[in-house]
Amino acid sequence: MYAQSIRSTGKAVQSLEDMSAEDRQFQERINRGEKIEPKDYMPAAYRENLIRQIGQHAHSEIVGQLPEGNWISRAPTLERKANLLAKVQDEAGHGLYLYCAAETLGVSRDDLFGMLHTGKMKYSSIFNYPTLTWADMGAVGWLVDGAAIMNQVPLQNTSYGPYARAMVRICKEESFHQRQGFHIMIAMAKNGNDEQHRMAQDALNRFWYPSLMMFGPSDKDSVHSAQSMAWKIKMNTNDELRQKFVDATVPQAEFLGLSIPDDHLNWNEKTNQYNYSEPDWNEFNDVLAGNGPCNTERLDARKKAWSDGAWVREGMMAHAAKKAERKAERQAV
Amino acid sequence: MSQVDSHLIEFLLRQGDNPLILGHRTSEWCGHAPALEEDIALANTALDLIGQTQLWLSYAAEVEGGGRSNNDLAFLRDVYDFRNVLMVEVPNEDFARTMVRQFLFDAFQVPWLTTLQASSDQRVSDIAIKSLKEALYHLERSSDTVIALGDGTELSNDRMQTALNYLWPYSGEFFGEDDTDKAMEKRDIAPLPVSIRETWNSTVSSTLDTANLIAPSDPFAHSGGRTGVRHTEHLGHLLATMQTLQRSHPGAQW
Repeated sequence: MYAQSIRSTGKAVQSLEDMSAEDRQFQERINRGEKIEPKDYMPAAYRENLIRQIGQHAHSEIVGQLPEGNWISRAPTLERKANLLAKVQDEAGHGLYLYCAAETLGVSRDDLFGMLHTGKMKYSSIFNYPTLTWADMGAVGWLVDGAAIMNQVPLQNTSYGPYARAMVRICKEESFHQRQGFHIMIAMAKNGNDEQHRMAQDALNRFWYPSLMMFGPSDKDSVHSAQSMAWKIKMNTNDELRQKFVDATVPQAEFLGLSIPDDHLNWNEKTNQYNYSEPDWNEFNDVLAGNGPCNTERLDARKKAWSDGAWVREGMMAHAAKKAERKAERQAV
Repeated sequence: MSQVDSHLIEFLLRQGDNPLILGHRTSEWCGHAPALEEDIALANTALDLIGQTQLWLSYAAEVEGGGRSNNDLAFLRDVYDFRNVLMVEVPNEDFARTMVRQFLFDAFQVPWLTTLQASSDQRVSDIAIKSLKEALYHLERSSDTVIALGDGTELSNDRMQTALNYLWPYSGEFFGEDDTDKAMEKRDIAPLPVSIRETWNSTVSSTLDTANLIAPSDPFAHSGGRTGVRHTEHLGHLLATMQTLQRSHPGAQW
């Protein structure tokens, strides 16, 4: 998902009996469904994992501004322009809540930016794909936000209080974004002309498998999530969520008159869910390794914004310091 | 079309094209600002400006009465039919130019919209009342930013002064005057722009003083935007981007 390349401790989950008294109390609080707050005791590994997870999520929000931001200047009507701009602005806002949530764990926003810029921390693979036509604004809202919601709704119940509360606000906005994206798809695929329908199908073709990849590797290859699940910072397995997404999305594509680009997609009467083809995991690994279609552009754009803005941030800080100094001088007189 | 209507349309296009083009420029920052808070604030400003555009251009299209919509006016006119001042179409360049421009524009918009609230035309008055609330907030933010970065470091002061020097010759166009302006004044729809020059001067000079910035002394002013006689080369590129979908797919609904 937005934090799809989290490696957790890699160790087997300890049983309550094997834990120190502090860790046992901590785990019992989580088991009872209590929220962990910033000043509460937490094991170092819990803190580290959360910083990585929330940090990756925050980075995904601000890098995620870029593929959609790519179309703000070309939005086809004033309403669409305003809606898209408001949506991308919401993503910046989500980034802000999440960086604040991460800061409660003792890491600064500047440090997290530094780790993003040096490649030490990742962001979701999905944002390394290009947005090529206006239909991509529909597909991103419909599929990418749709996939994000599948993961983020359960995270409203995650064990860490500030993260859970940030997710409540984020989820409200994400479902709005998803509907907005779907409306763009309706306008183009259902009510649009042939060319618009073609753009919509092309967007679905390009975004389908990358959206499935958002849930992370298959459960059989994702051996590190047990600890995160015990800590309730991961609420469902990757495959559970992916299946839920496929089952919800296929009927929507049918409604739009679009074909899911999967020859093996079919309804399974026994399991009451769709059988579908797995994405190309080699491509997924390439994108995570930095070789996706837009990795270089996305990271360069973030680094450029940061370095071009250095004089502004320094100027603001210097002004604030001078102002405080002048105030102190006045008070001293 | 009567002479009176064409002056009103011209006036409304001037009101709508300024926020349209400035809103477009401001929106180009989304995802690229110096800090997340600034990113959000710039997007807010752009959203307000696009909202104002919709109101002004809808009214212009109604007065025109030819069945065009506000979107037709925004996306299907060519350079010579745009009526924004030149200042709003020049590229963003950097955060300094973006914010100094916003400040010079806001310092005009606030007294301008304040007087338009009393317009004899009810729609003009309504739009002005709504837009003024936003413009007041924009001015507060842009003047704070100009002061902070003018006062901040040697480098930030230098960047802001460079931006001011570049933009200054474009500020005189706010106060242009032609037959449309005179017709609007005669009908009490809007005062002559020059009538708010004093207010603009005093806002600008007090803010620049606090910011340790110096207004250039050369009184030269570029013109040609608000009359549509001669825009800069930049507007054509902006429109090529902004209008691409409407131009490539005539009649399509989005």
